[in-house]
Amino acid sequence: MNIFVLMKRTFDTEEKIVIQDGKIQEDGAEFIINPYDEYAIEEAIQVRDQHGGKVTVISIGNEEAEKQLRTALAMGADEAVLINTEDDLDELDHSGAAYILAEYLKDKEPDLILAGNVAIDGGSGQTGPRVADLLGINYVTTITKLEIDGNNVKVVRDVEGDSEIIETSLPLLVTAQQGLNEPRYPSLPGIMKAKKKPLEELELDDLDIDEDDVETKIETVEVFLPPQKSAGRILEGELKDQVKELVNLLHTEAKVI
Amino acid sequence: MNFELTKEQLMIQEMVRDFAEKEIKPYAREHDENSTFPIETFKKMGELGLLGIPFPEEYGGSGGDTISYAIAVEEIGKACGGTGLSYAAAISLGASPIYYFGTEEQKQKWLVPMAKGETLGSFGLTEPNAGSDAGGTQTKAELVGDEYIINGEKQWITNAGYARQVIVTAVTGKREDGKKIITSLIVPTDAPGVKIRCDYDKMGVRASNTCEIVLENVRVPKENVLGDPKRGFSQFLQTLDGGRISIAALSVGIAQAAYEKALKYAKERYQFGQPISKFQAIQFKLADMAMEIELARNMVYKAAWLKDNNKPFGKEAAMAKLFASEMGFRVCNQAIQIHGGYGYMKEYDVERHLRDIKLMEIGEGTSEVQRLVISRLIGC
Ligand SMILES: Cc1cc2nc3c(=O)[nH]c(=O)nc-3n(C[C@H](O)[C@H](O)[C@H](O)COP(=O)(O)OP(=O)(O)OC[C@H]3O[C@@H](n4cnc5c(N)ncnc54)[C@H](O)[C@@H]3O)c2cc1C
Ligand SMILES: Cc1cc2nc3c(=O)[nH]c(=O)nc-3n(C[C@H](O)[C@H](O)[C@H](O)COP(=O)(O)OP(=O)(O)OC[C@H]3O[C@@H](n4cnc5c(N)ncnc54)[C@H](O)[C@@H]3O)c2cc1C
Repeated sequence: MNIFVLMKRTFDTEEKIVIQDGKIQEDGAEFIINPYDEYAIEEAIQVRDQHGGKVTVISIGNEEAEKQLRTALAMGADEAVLINTEDDLDELDHSGAAYILAEYLKDKEPDLILAGNVAIDGGSGQTGPRVADLLGINYVTTITKLEIDGNNVKVVRDVEGDSEIIETSLPLLVTAQQGLNEPRYPSLPGIMKAKKKPLEELELDDLDIDEDDVETKIETVEVFLPPQKSAGRILEGELKDQVKELVNLLHTEAKVI
Repeated sequence: MNFELTKEQLMIQEMVRDFAEKEIKPYAREHDENSTFPIETFKKMGELGLLGIPFPEEYGGSGGDTISYAIAVEEIGKACGGTGLSYAAAISLGASPIYYFGTEEQKQKWLVPMAKGETLGSFGLTEPNAGSDAGGTQTKAELVGDEYIINGEKQWITNAGYARQVIVTAVTGKREDGKKIITSLIVPTDAPGVKIRCDYDKMGVRASNTCEIVLENVRVPKENVLGDPKRGFSQFLQTLDGGRISIAALSVGIAQAAYEKALKYAKERYQFGQPISKFQAIQFKLADMAMEIELARNMVYKAAWLKDNNKPFGKEAAMAKLFASEMGFRVCNQAIQIHGGYGYMKEYDVERHLRDIKLMEIGEGTSEVQRLVISRLIGC
């Protein structure tokens, strides 16, 4: 089976993030594999171990992404591809990224493509479905279980806490939700072997992509951090009055009703 | 000169940090409280190849270097000092001597399963009457036919309760100048006559397994001699040289844990209307802590780098161990100070770090012994 994983290098949103001049400061930020893509990598390895084939992990980014790709190889992926856009593009949005990925994948005859449900930085959840659309194949998002039998695929997907079972067939793109699996730690022998595994580096030229093809359709208006959590307030007095005040505050202060 | 870690070293650091954060740290207090050995954690570390970092693949290892190994010790020790000590002892004391001095057959039989993480091994040097003066070993081994018969007692032997075999040092004769001939022997822990008890009530590193071993007419075949039967003494000195790098790395890990907690606490604790981190008295403490940790880590990496490049590293390993353990004690002590009364409470973990770090100034050669080693190597 020919398996591809779409992987993004993102900053760790659990670490401190500093914004300067409307941009997230990259110096000092911690960079990781997008956590949902980790589920995708793990699932791809499990599918390969069960059904045979090859797992190729693809990332669009700059040279720094090599570390995350090597980590995926250390987990057990077979090959990695870095599409380096550093010299060609200043900005890239989901539609552009999806276009690049689809151009790369279109003649690779993928049986299964796995991506993360969302990237924790942008949080759009669009890249996976857009790639499937451009390739003209089926897709299922936020999956928590994947069963493959020949060409038939049974997928459980998370729908806001409930489960939906979908039957479909290969070729297929799925996006991984938390709960799909427990991603493995890259083992020591895995890390040592990773440096010998193939990592291909491509630029837009190699894919015959013009900068105009991937022009951003999104305009960033403002970048800001969520407001600091302020201290809570404890209401006092008769229970009846407290409830009244609470309802009042929810209307006037919190403005959630 | 290049101060950057390689990609592999960075990946190992990230992986071990992640693993230690999720699989070791949450249980550290419990293992400290009950003095229990986290054997399940060792199984998981074995599966990840962590117990074989510095050994080549042909012996079941991961083919990593000493720097990677030191990085792993630091990260594990940062999560739990006791687990860190047992981890470092398993590799530096249990497995390394067999890798360096063992025959091919011994390596296949004893090293391979250790490097794969399937078994643990121990190193039994210390005795009730032979600590710093390891040459004062009283345990005896007598060659009778094709077997050595061993009698004696070893104490404070790390991991012995979970070990498949213990490397035991024993007196096998006298040289012409009257000095004892010391031989290292591989003793299976299930051999008749081996009694192991692990009930010391320790101050710190309580998650580490520490045992007393009594050897009563224990018979091992002649093939179990490790290395040169006449050079057991210099062999264990060499073993300890390597071990010191790992104790230094462990000290850095424990100190780093205490420092991070103190820094965070200082920013959160308000007294006199501001965070105590705004007081210069506290800032200077934290600055000293950060500086000393950085210096110690650099020395650990330097000693490890020398070893990886087949250069003499004994002096640097002793310096790293001496400096890192003593700075670690200072850092953990100051971490409690910054926490005030809270630091004196178990709930904040910094008191555990201080109890754990104290061992680093004693094990694998006391601070005084490190100064002896350094004095000798600078030509005193
Ligand atoms: C938790 C733990 C785990 C251990 N694990 C192991 C293990 O796995 N294997 C093993 O073989 N041993 C192990 N040990 C033993 C450890 O290596 C010894 O405790 C250490 O070498 C010191 O020996 P000692 O305790 O007998 O102290 P002593 O040698 O009695 O020293 C007492 C004091 O005298 C000082 N002193 C001694 N000689 C001199 C001198 N010539 N000049 C100046 N000062 C001197 C020492 O520095 C120390 O301050 C362990 C110990 C502990 C506590
Ligand atoms: C076992 C035990 C028994 C105790 N018994 C009693 C008792 O019987 N009665 C009682 O009232 N209390 C008692 N205490 C409390 C004890 O007196 C306090 O812990 C102590 O005064 C320190 O206060 P703190 O712990 O809140 O630390 P903090 O005041 O929060 O201090 C934290 C750190 O900040 C430093 N710091 C604070 N302010 C400044 C500053 N302006 N400039 C520079 N550095 C500063 C401190 O020196 C310390 O290093 C006890 C505490 C313990 C642990």
